Amino acid sequence: MSVEVSIAGVGMHPFGRFDDKSVVDLGVHALRQALEDAGIERGGFQAAYCGTVYSGVAAGHKVLTAMGMTGMPIVNVEAGCASGAAALDLGVGAIRSGRYDTVLVFGMEKMPRGIIRSSFFEPWREEAGLAVTPAYFALRAQRLMLESGVTRRMLAEVSVKNHANGVHNPDAMFRKQFTVEQVLDSKMVCDPLTLFMLCSPNEGAAAIVLRRGASGTTIAASALRSHLPGSVLGEHTPLAGLIDDTAPPPTTLAATAAFEEAGIGPEDIHVCEVQDTDSARELNSYEELGLCGAGEAGAFFASGHTQMTGRLPVNPSGGLLSKGEPLGASGLGQVIELHRHLRGEAGPRQVQGAKVGLAHTVGRGANASVVILKQ
Amino acid sequence: MRLVNDKLFRERPDGAVRLIGGYCAGCERVHFPQGDTCPYCSLSECTESELGPRATLWLFTSVLRPPPGYRGQVPFGFGIVELEQGLRVVTRLTEPDLAKLHRGMTMKLVISPLHTAEDGERVTTYAFAPEPTV
Ligand SMILES: [Zn+2]
Repeated sequence: MSVEVSIAGVGMHPFGRFDDKSVVDLGVHALRQALEDAGIERGGFQAAYCGTVYSGVAAGHKVLTAMGMTGMPIVNVEAGCASGAAALDLGVGAIRSGRYDTVLVFGMEKMPRGIIRSSFFEPWREEAGLAVTPAYFALRAQRLMLESGVTRRMLAEVSVKNHANGVHNPDAMFRKQFTVEQVLDSKMVCDPLTLFMLCSPNEGAAAIVLRRGASGTTIAASALRSHLPGSVLGEHTPLAGLIDDTAPPPTTLAATAAFEEAGIGPEDIHVCEVQDTDSARELNSYEELGLCGAGEAGAFFASGHTQMTGRLPVNPSGGLLSKGEPLGASGLGQVIELHRHLRGEAGPRQVQGAKVGLAHTVGRGANASVVILKQ
Repeated sequence: MRLVNDKLFRERPDGAVRLIGGYCAGCERVHFPQGDTCPYCSLSECTESELGPRATLWLFTSVLRPPPGYRGQVPFGFGIVELEQGLRVVTRLTEPDLAKLHRGMTMKLVISPLHTAEDGERVTTYAFAPEPTV
């Protein structure tokens, strides 16, 4: 039996837009809460791992400097949408190895406004008009419509479901319920995706104190994977015109590793937080995580299983569609959401009796993470 | 006239257009754009392999607003085609009207205008156009 790792404390800065706060302010807010929740002070942790993408050099150091808590190793991690989960993965590994007893993992972001010019794309792809992130999402949505029984209406219904959940989440940016018609009638971005089917990049921070030992919520598994050559509709598509979509996507690689580590299967999960950068991405995740079979995403969603009233609620937090996506913080935000459900502290959005939860991110790189929590 | 990237495609003297891909003798697979190292098996002795000009349309959408760094016209078509050599590539499509595109239709590689630079130079790129049915 390997060393057990559990969550000793959590802290969040709500996700949204905060013009009067710096990214360091956001990080400090989340860290203070997490340390207080864990009941530790300066000197109470031996290492810190910070996930962020747009915060510049030594961002994690700046946050801990502002709190007068430096001296220990501080590592800044970038893994696209999985950055926060990557920080968690390093922290979990460091405790399991026996090196540290208590570590701090956190993530924060102030995403640029407007259309984000990503250094991920080479200049010629930008000039040729191929650096269109939502267009790649749209192609993936179309593939689901062709191969997985997904309809345009279902794409809207995913957004309706997540926004309805997000109404009850004080940390979410958009706390407004929509109808299917409102989602379908919102501005067309790239057919078939309309504006309300896409999440907004924004700002926020999340922090978790991890501790050796099994008490409360334990990290049953943490897996981070990158893409294999191939899978043409992966997040990495712009990198090369790779062809082979028989290669398993990074989400499946991470999920397989995580289920093996936890010694359980998808049927044992009670609640999920999955990457819903757009509505189709959530449906894709059902298949890639093994929540349903290949080609079954449409039928699985239509069955209502992933609604709050279903047997496997997905994105009770409202998902990224409601919360927005601050890259460095989003993965840890999911873990904190699940921790609240497992402790029965999720308030009006509580998934009753949830004892096992799964958090999933996937994005640029490509990177994917799967974290499984148990109470 | 300037090509958006002269390592991606070429127009032969006879007017025929081809994408410039790579071929790996180790795993016998082609890739695009061409790289020295095979993205599938990591062997570093790839040779050039011309790709196209025919392809089958696989997935497609229309880009309505200018993406970052783009100075050409909108809307424009965007999709994935499967080349006759079996490789799928992400590409610009000359046809932005989704009603005129359908999955499985035959597409042909063409050189397509992108925009005119400040110095008046015309910049072109490769794109796929619906093959006129005879
Ligand atoms: Zn090869």
